[in-house]
Amino acid sequence: MQLEIPDFCLVLLVGASGSGKSTFAQRHFADTEVISSDACRGMVSDDPTSQAATNDAFDLVRYIASKRLAARRLTVIDATNARSEDRRDFTRLAREYHALVVAIVLDLPERVCRDRNATRADRNFGQHVVRNQVRSLRRSSKSLRREGIRYRFRFQSEEEIDAVEVKRRPLWTDRRDDAGPFDIVGDLHGCFDELLVLLERLGYQVQHQNGQFKIAHPENRRLIFLGDLIDRGPRIVDCLRLVMDAVENGSALCVPGNHEVKLLRKLRGRNVRMSHGLDATVAELEREPADFRECTAKFIDGLVSHFVFDEGRLAVAHAGMKADLLNRSSGAVRDFALFGETTGETDEFGLPIRYDWASEYRGDAAVVYGHTPVIDAHWVNGTICIDTGCVFGGSLTALRYPERELVSVPAVETYYEPVGSPRTTFNQTTDPHLLDIEDVHGKRVVNTGLLPNITVRAENAAAALEVMSRYAIDPRWLIYLPPTMSPCETSAIDGLLEHPAEAFDYYRVSGIERVICEEKHMGSRAVAVVCRDEEVARKRFGIERQGAGAIYTRTGRAFFATGANADYEKALIDRLRNAADDCGMWDAFETGWFCLDAELMPWSMKADDLLNEFYRPVAEAARLGLDQAKAALEQAATRGIDCSLLLDEMQDRSTMVAEYAAALQRYEWPVESVNDLRLAPFHLLATEGAVHAEQDHGWHMERLAELGASDDVLAPTAHRIVDLADRESSDQAIAWWESITDAGGEGMVVKPWAFVAKKGRTLVQPAVKCRGREYLRIIYGPEYTVEENLRRLRQRELRSKRSLAQREFALGLEALSRFVKQEPLRRVHECVFAVLAMESEPVDPRL
Amino acid sequence: MLLTLTTTHRPATDLGYLLHKNPARAQVFNLPFGKAHVFYPEASAERCTVALLLDIDPISLVRGRGAILTDYVNDRPYIASSFLSVAIARVFGSALGGRSSERPDLVDESLPLTAEITALRCDSETSVRSLFEPLGYEVNVEPSDTDESSARYRNVRLVCRKPLKELLTHVYVLVPTLDNRKHYWIGDDEVDKLIARGEGWLEKHPNREFIVRRYLKHQRNLTEEALARLRDDGDAGLGTHATATVGTASLGDLRIQAVVRALTDSGAVRVLDLGCGEGRLIEALLRLPQISEIAGVDVSVEALNRAERRIGLERMPDRQRQRVKLLQGALTYRDARLAGYDAAAVIEALEHLEPARLGAFEQMLFHFAKPETIVVTTPNRDYNVNYVELADGGLRHPDHRFEWSREEFASWTASVAAAHGYAATLEPVGDVDPALGAPTQMAVFKRCN
Repeated sequence: MQLEIPDFCLVLLVGASGSGKSTFAQRHFADTEVISSDACRGMVSDDPTSQAATNDAFDLVRYIASKRLAARRLTVIDATNARSEDRRDFTRLAREYHALVVAIVLDLPERVCRDRNATRADRNFGQHVVRNQVRSLRRSSKSLRREGIRYRFRFQSEEEIDAVEVKRRPLWTDRRDDAGPFDIVGDLHGCFDELLVLLERLGYQVQHQNGQFKIAHPENRRLIFLGDLIDRGPRIVDCLRLVMDAVENGSALCVPGNHEVKLLRKLRGRNVRMSHGLDATVAELEREPADFRECTAKFIDGLVSHFVFDEGRLAVAHAGMKADLLNRSSGAVRDFALFGETTGETDEFGLPIRYDWASEYRGDAAVVYGHTPVIDAHWVNGTICIDTGCVFGGSLTALRYPERELVSVPAVETYYEPVGSPRTTFNQTTDPHLLDIEDVHGKRVVNTGLLPNITVRAENAAAALEVMSRYAIDPRWLIYLPPTMSPCETSAIDGLLEHPAEAFDYYRVSGIERVICEEKHMGSRAVAVVCRDEEVARKRFGIERQGAGAIYTRTGRAFFATGANADYEKALIDRLRNAADDCGMWDAFETGWFCLDAELMPWSMKADDLLNEFYRPVAEAARLGLDQAKAALEQAATRGIDCSLLLDEMQDRSTMVAEYAAALQRYEWPVESVNDLRLAPFHLLATEGAVHAEQDHGWHMERLAELGASDDVLAPTAHRIVDLADRESSDQAIAWWESITDAGGEGMVVKPWAFVAKKGRTLVQPAVKCRGREYLRIIYGPEYTVEENLRRLRQRELRSKRSLAQREFALGLEALSRFVKQEPLRRVHECVFAVLAMESEPVDPRL
Repeated sequence: MLLTLTTTHRPATDLGYLLHKNPARAQVFNLPFGKAHVFYPEASAERCTVALLLDIDPISLVRGRGAILTDYVNDRPYIASSFLSVAIARVFGSALGGRSSERPDLVDESLPLTAEITALRCDSETSVRSLFEPLGYEVNVEPSDTDESSARYRNVRLVCRKPLKELLTHVYVLVPTLDNRKHYWIGDDEVDKLIARGEGWLEKHPNREFIVRRYLKHQRNLTEEALARLRDDGDAGLGTHATATVGTASLGDLRIQAVVRALTDSGAVRVLDLGCGEGRLIEALLRLPQISEIAGVDVSVEALNRAERRIGLERMPDRQRQRVKLLQGALTYRDARLAGYDAAAVIEALEHLEPARLGAFEQMLFHFAKPETIVVTTPNRDYNVNYVELADGGLRHPDHRFEWSREEFASWTASVAAAHGYAATLEPVGDVDPALGAPTQMAVFKRCN
C-alpha cells in the first residue's frame, strides 16, 4: 500500500512496545529524521529502558523535534504515543512550527507484540505493560482526527505493514522547482478594463471565444494573481472568469484573498455581512447562471494560501507572509496569507490596525503581496506590496519576475470611495531603511559571489559599529566600500622598496597575460554615487532632501563634511550629472544613477588636519633640530674635535628631510572653488541592473574618458597596457613608472586586464600598487632611504594585507550586486559593514 | 634632539669633571632607541659648552601591532622629548644623581649655567615660562616659525645659577611634561622614576598638578588603537570619547539630577540609558530602590568598559548586579533588546549624530523601542556666548555635529512628538540666564495612549 505524506510534516509512530515502530522507521525514514524516545532515554541516563528518565528523555525528544521543525525538516517521533495526552505535546509542537501531523498506527495484536518482546533481553517488563498500551491505543485512536492529526494511517497485520511504501509529496504551496518567468498582478477588485490594458502592456494575448478567455504570452510567461479579484469594482464577474479560465488552462496561478474567502462563505449559505463591497459581487453573480456560482465556489475552495517559487527565492501571498510561516501549513499560515497580521487594536474608523510585519522581515524569499493599498510599490526588506489601490482611483500594478520591474496602469476612475481618511486607505509603510542591530552585531559570516563564508569577528564588528554609527553617512548611500590594496613584493634594487618588476612577476606567476598600469593619483580615495535627479535618489535609494548623490571616503564618511566644504559635494555631484548628460550616459546604460570608484585631489583637501598635525610638523622639527646639531658640530670641529662623520650624517639627513618636505608639497594646493578640485574616476562600478565587474579595465577607462570629456574637473587616469610575455612591453611600462616617480609622482597601480581575475579557482589580487621612492618618504618616514633603514624595511609581510584585499574586494562587489538586485538594505549594508570591520584588523598601515 | 649646557664657572672645563665626560673627545653611547653623542663645541677656561646629541633610530621607534600610520612619520627623532630624559639619565647619570669623583665639592655648588634645548614641542611660550620660571630660571624662547601662534617647536634657553644636578633634574622632568605626547618609556618603572626625580621641588611647584597629570596621560589601550586605525585621515586630532568639556562639573551633576527627577516622576521601573558613556546616570539610578532594571547602551566598547569599572559591576552583590545591563548598541540601528522599557534617557547624545541620521534615531526610539517616557537633554546654543572659549561661535565639543538654539530644540521636540504620538514638555537645566536660557535644555516626552 502506498502511504502518501507531505515532505514536511511531523510523523507520529503509534504502537505498543514490540509493534515494530523502530523497524518501520528504519525502513522508511533516514536515521537523522527519526527521534527515538528510547535513544533519548539512553542519552540522558545511559539506560535506554529507564522509566525514571522518561521526563528528561521526552524533554530531549521535544527539543530536538523543535529544532528540526524550525529548520523545516520532516521529523519522525518513535515513541509509543498510545494515549492522546502523549500525542498532545507533539501536535502542539507541530502547530507551533506550522507542520502537518501524520499518525501511523501500528495496531498489531497484543500477542504479536508480546512474542517479539520475549525474544529481546531488554524488554523483560510485565505482560500488563503491553496490554495496557494496546488498550489505550485502541481506546484513543478514534480521537486522532479530533486531535488535529490530518493524515492517519492504521495497519493491523504484519503483512499490511510489510507492504507499505511511503511516498513523500511536496506541500501544495511548494513550487520551488518553478522559476517562472511570472507577471504578478495586484488586487483587481473588479477593475477589468485596467486589467486588459495591463495584460496588453505585459505582452499577453487575450482572446475571448465561446465565453472562454484564452491567455497566452509569446515568451511563455505566466500570470500570478494575488487575490481580491472581486468586490467593490465595476466588472467583477469578468475578472473572475478571466482568472478562472487562465488558471484552468495553466497560464495563471492565483492565491485567495480575504474577499474571496468571505464570498465563499456567502455562497455556502453562511450569514455574512454585506460590507466592503461584497454587495457588488453578489449582485453581479445573481445575474449569472447557478453553475457559474458553483464553479466560483469550487475555484475559491481549491486555492492554495500562498506559493513559494524558484528555489525559495520568490513567495506570493495575498496579505504577505512571514519567514517562519513560509512554505508551511496551518490555520495560522492561511490566516496570515489572507489577512496579514493585526495588532488586535482598531483605529478611529473601526478598521483593524495592521502590524508592520514587513519591517521585521528577514527571510531569503522576496515576498510579493497585496491587500493593503499603498501609493507606490516599493521594496521593504525584500518584500513588496503591489496593491496600488486601483479600485480607489490609484493604479493596477504588476511585478515582472525575475526582472523585478514594475508595470502600472492608472485607474480609469475612482470606483469606490475609501472608508476613513486617505491615510488609512493608502498605507504608509514605516521607514524601510532602518537597519537592525542584529544585522551587523557580533560574529557574522558573509557569503559573496567571489568568496564563500567571509567571517567577521565580533571585536571587529564592534569597532565598525562605532565608526559606522558615529561617522558614516546615511547607509542608504553606502552601496560600496573600496577594498584595501596591497603593494607589490619588495624590491631588492638599491634605494628602492617597490618597483613594477615585482608586480609584473606576481601577475605572470598568477597566469595573467595582460595587465593595465594606471597612474596612481595623488589624492584620497572617494566613492561617488550620482543620481540623475533627486527623484531617482528618492525612488531608488529612498533618500529625500539629501541631494542627488553622495561622495564619501573609503570608510564611508562624507568626503566634504564640514561647513563651507559641504557645498563642494553638491557642486561636484552637479558636475558629474552634467558630464553624464553630455555623454549620454543615462540612456546608454538605461540608468538613473551610477557609482564611481575614484581618487579626489588634492590630498590636502581631506587630509589638511593630518598634514597640520603630523606631516608638516615633522619637516619643521627636523629642520630646526638638524640645523642646531650641525651648528654645534661645526663649532666642535673648529676646536679640532673629530666629528666629520657625524657632520656628514647630519648633512645627509638634512637633504632627506628637504626631499620629504618637497614630496609633501606636491600633495597640497589651495582650493577656493570646485574648479580647483580634481576627481579621477577609474572604475565605473555599477549602473541600474548591472555591476560592471565583467567588463575589463580597458572598457572602464574608455567609459570614464567619455564621461570626463566635457569637464576639466574630471581628471583622466593615464594608463599603459602591458603584455606580460613581451619583455619590451613591460620594460616600457617600467620606464613610464620611472618617469612618473622621478618627477615625484605617487607611482602606479597594476591590475589584471579583467576586473575579476582568477588562477584556477583562487582569486588573484585585483590590483597591486608600486609606489615611488619620494612618495614613500611620507609613508615610511623622511629617512627611510638610508641603506641600513631600507635593509630592515624590506622585511615586510604582505600575506595578511593581500588576504584582506581579496576579502574586501569580494565584499565590495557583493554589496553592489545585492544593491543592483534590489535586495533589502540590510543585505547591502552587511557587506559594506564587513569591509569596515575588516579594516579594523591590525595590519602594517604602511603597506 | 640636542641639549647643550654652558658654564662660565672658572675654570669652565670643570664641567667635564662634573659630567664625567672628557672635553677633548667626542663620545658615543648606545641607547635602546639609538645613539647619544657627547662632544664639546667650546671648551676654554672661561666658557665651556657640552652638547648631547640624540641620534634616534626612526625604524625601531614603532613596534607592536597597534601602530597607526602617523606613528611612522614622526617628529620624535628631531625634537626634545622623553628620549632626552632617558639619555640624560644614561649618559649624565652621575651628574644627575649628584656624584662626582673628581670635583665632589662642585656638586652642590650653584654655578652659572645656561641650558639650550633644541626643538621642544610645546603649546606656547607661556607654558614653558610657567614651568621654568617658578624654579628661578631666566627663560628665553625662540619659536620655530615667525608666526608665534602656529609654531609647534621652540628653542628654549634657560639661564640660572644652580647646582648642575638641579638643572639636569628639572630638564629631565619638565621636557616630557611640555611635550605632552605619547611617551616612549623603556619600562613601566620610568614613570615612577620620574616622580622620584621631583622630590624636593615638585611639591612646591605652583603647577605641580599639571605636571603630574600629564605623566598619567597617553596610555593607549588596544581598543583605542583599533579605533584610531579606523578613524579616517581627516580627524586625527579629535578625541574619541565625547563628554561636554565646557562649563563646571556641577552642570553635569545638575543634568543627572534633572534627568533622575524626570524619570522618578514618571514612575518608571525599567530604564534605558542611551549613550550611557561612563555610566554617571546608571550610578545615580542604582541608588534608587524603585528602579528594578537599568540598561546602559553605548556604541563605544571602551566607554562601556569604563562604565563597568565606574559602577563597580564586578564587585557588586548578585542581586544588585542583576539590575544593570551594559550593551553595545547604536542610536541609529533598530534594536529589539531595547523594547519593553518604561523610560529612556538620552543625555547629551543627540548632538553627536549627523543631522541626516536623526530620522533613524527617531524611528529607532520613538517608533520601535517606544518607552512610555523619553528624556532628552542637549546643549542650548543660545547660552554659548557665556563661555569665553566659544566666543567665536564654536561648539562645546569637537565631536558635536550641531548644537540647537532653544527654538530649534522646541521645534524638533514638537515635530517628533506629533509624528510618534507623544506629548512633550521642555525644561531648562542649570543656571537660567534671563535672556539666553539655561546651559542645558531638557525635553520630557510622554507617550499618549
